[in-house]
Amino acid sequence: MEQGQTTGLAVRDAVVRYGATRRRAGAVAVDGVSLDVAAGEIVALLGPSGCGKSSLLRAVAGLEPLAGGTVAFDGEDLAGVPVHRRGFGLLFQDGQLFPHRDVGRNVAYGLETQGVPRAERAARVAELLADVGLAGYAGRSVATLSGGEKQRVALARSLAPRPRLLLLDEPLSALDRRLRERLAVDVRDTLTATGTTAVFVTHDHDEAFTVADRVAVMDAGRLLQVDAPDVLLRAPATPRVAEFLGLSADGVADDSEPSGARTAAVTTSSGHDVV
Amino acid sequence: MDGDGRRLTRPVPRVPAGTARPAPRAARSRAERWRGDRWGAWLGWGVAVALPLGFLAVFFAWPVVSLVLQGFFTETAAGRELDLSGFAEVLSQERTWRIVGQTLAQALTGTLLSVLLGLPGAYVLYRCRFPGRTLVRGLVTVPFVLPSVVVGVAFRALFAPGGLLGWAHLEESFAGIVLALVFFNYAVVVRTVGGMWERLDPRAEQAARALGATPWRAFRTVTLPALGPAIASAAAVVFLFCATAFGVVLVLGGLRYGTIETEIWTRTTQFLDLRSAAVLSVLQLVVVAGALLVSSRARAKRERALHLTSDSVSAHRLRLRAGADGTDLVPALVTLVVVAGLLVLPMAGLVTRSLRAPDGSWGLDNYVALGTTGGRNALTVTVWEALGNSLRTAAWAALIAVVVGGLVALVVSRRPRRAGLRRAVGVLDAAFMLPLGVSAVTVGFGFLITLDEPLGLDVDLRTSGALVPIAQAVVAIPLVVRTMLPVLRAIDPRLREAAAALGAAPGRVLRTVDGPLGARSLGLAIGFAFAVSLGEFGATSFLARPDTATLPVVIYRLIGRPGAENYGMALAASVVLAVLTATVMMVAERLRGDRPGGEF
Repeated sequence: MEQGQTTGLAVRDAVVRYGATRRRAGAVAVDGVSLDVAAGEIVALLGPSGCGKSSLLRAVAGLEPLAGGTVAFDGEDLAGVPVHRRGFGLLFQDGQLFPHRDVGRNVAYGLETQGVPRAERAARVAELLADVGLAGYAGRSVATLSGGEKQRVALARSLAPRPRLLLLDEPLSALDRRLRERLAVDVRDTLTATGTTAVFVTHDHDEAFTVADRVAVMDAGRLLQVDAPDVLLRAPATPRVAEFLGLSADGVADDSEPSGARTAAVTTSSGHDVV
Repeated sequence: MDGDGRRLTRPVPRVPAGTARPAPRAARSRAERWRGDRWGAWLGWGVAVALPLGFLAVFFAWPVVSLVLQGFFTETAAGRELDLSGFAEVLSQERTWRIVGQTLAQALTGTLLSVLLGLPGAYVLYRCRFPGRTLVRGLVTVPFVLPSVVVGVAFRALFAPGGLLGWAHLEESFAGIVLALVFFNYAVVVRTVGGMWERLDPRAEQAARALGATPWRAFRTVTLPALGPAIASAAAVVFLFCATAFGVVLVLGGLRYGTIETEIWTRTTQFLDLRSAAVLSVLQLVVVAGALLVSSRARAKRERALHLTSDSVSAHRLRLRAGADGTDLVPALVTLVVVAGLLVLPMAGLVTRSLRAPDGSWGLDNYVALGTTGGRNALTVTVWEALGNSLRTAAWAALIAVVVGGLVALVVSRRPRRAGLRRAVGVLDAAFMLPLGVSAVTVGFGFLITLDEPLGLDVDLRTSGALVPIAQAVVAIPLVVRTMLPVLRAIDPRLREAAAALGAAPGRVLRTVDGPLGARSLGLAIGFAFAVSLGEFGATSFLARPDTATLPVVIYRLIGRPGAENYGMALAASVVLAVLTATVMMVAERLRGDRPGGEF
């Protein structure tokens, strides 16, 4: 990805601070990160808890102010543009479904905001629920859904307004392992099928490799390496990257898991069922 | 989980890039376009802050401050002069210190007893399951919303010679007042502590048990510390209510016992001594400010502590027999005695006595008499007309209180990013708690001396009849805020962020997220405000004119007049008012459902 691209997301030298006041500088969560995401691309932000990946995502969404640097989309600087005008979708770890709306009206929320006519809205909701494997769930109360179903509804809801960029903040972390592996594949399928540009935050390298085209490894507020999964596995830039990917310091896989995960991702994108 | 495992096999047509995206507009960037709604947002929040602040300034701060200043200044020919001799004079009176001592003694004893009796109640009603629990919970809540005058009349009927407790000689006694205060505030402790206890993760106590602690030791070392902030918060609120008790003390205390509040009333209305009343108001403010400080500290801790608790409600069956896990016999017995003896007995006594006709026979004579103006025309209006006045003013008061209090709760529920704004929000929160502690008598009396020409306008609000609902609203606003705030604060901020990410502008987020989720607390808040306004006596007794007298005012007037007929009418009117407020509260509770609600 060359610098200065005009399509997609461009983050330049982003700094995010917490607890800053006039007297104190506050803690630095994101420390001068630059990252590009091309249109249609899925990039995973991978790093341990507290490395600043969620803060970076929230800054891109417009939920945290930048203490420095810029966030631009399609060449337009987004400084001062509030969340609801950015046209970005956002998916939280625990879905954050509206408890007072049923499944269908949750998915329809963004469409109502856009003023989409009722009939068209209903058709789109039905289509999206079918896409995430929950056809016919529109009338269900969200309280009756299982954890995985909730995340599927949340995914459908964030895709409904056709966001120009979808931000996923550890969307699968609250689920159990088997379900997480299956849903990671499903999420990738849905994102690629809808041609959605996406940033996917996770602390699980298997998940990152399954979902993303490129993986950005983050630690202590800084980006260590941004590369396609196979490059990352073959040539980790630093011992810290290797360590976090579960490789020994000399860059050789400790176990077969990461490469296995990559295989899964490859077969997935070619359309085969891996589960 | 079948649904989770399903694969997304359906092929999804690829959306051509750019089709559904907003058409690019070269002329105006996104940043330019939204500047308009940023101004809108500032304007909206500005109004949400300015309207309540303006209300508080005109209808609370100004009257109260004006009244208090009467204690500091004297009018001389040269103009106003600072004069602290009023303080010296009042503070050197033996009577003043007797009243202050009585206020503190009554409040402390009442608080202590409420907490001691309320803890077992909270345990039995919120941690145990038994048939009829909902009914008992409702029953326990009723006294809290009962008008203070009604409670006074009920206890007086109980203690009077020939009453159910006539043999105990509690009439005009310290013990009698304290019992009435506990009757009132038992519910505050049970509900505040119970609400917390219900949500306390039982596994902490189980872990202690597994480490070898006896049930009592586990309670003492794990549960009690966790409940500490809730207990402290409840105790501070109860102390506040006890220290500013007015109607109940006025009716029960007679000439021997009083509080600073009743003393202010006596000195203004009986002795027309405004200066010493103003000095006493300052004295009361000091007591109240201390209690509020403790209360807000405890509340902040409680809201922090709430994060540690589990969402699931954990209750076990009431165990009346000794088992491996101990028995609930003692708390169950204490609760039974309190509910039956302290809560039900006075109410039952009131109803029974109200059915006793003036000639000693049983019948509805007292209720029939409610259509009259009392013996020897004790009243200007019939009791039914007073009831109409009460309902009308309470409806207006509830409307004002919910609009103003709702806006305050909305603003205070926000956590602004800027530290300065956060502090400002905290100050706003505290400011609207003040009416809870400042004597309603002070407010009512302050209205009288300031609002003849509000803000220099040539309208005398005192004769317009608008002051009564406004004064009642001032008293009800803190309760509305405290009812709605916890519910609004419990809305996960990420829910709003999710809505914003879906394209909802701030106003729309408010309408589609905060609105529906806060609506349940709105029902309870309206009910609360209405019930409190119905029973408000302190300020109303100053402001209501004879022809617009409300039910509590009429009741107090009736018991002050001689004659068995008037006394019987007062009893019957008290029953009517009690039934009315209790019904309003029950309906409001229904509206709330099972969600964890406010603090009272």
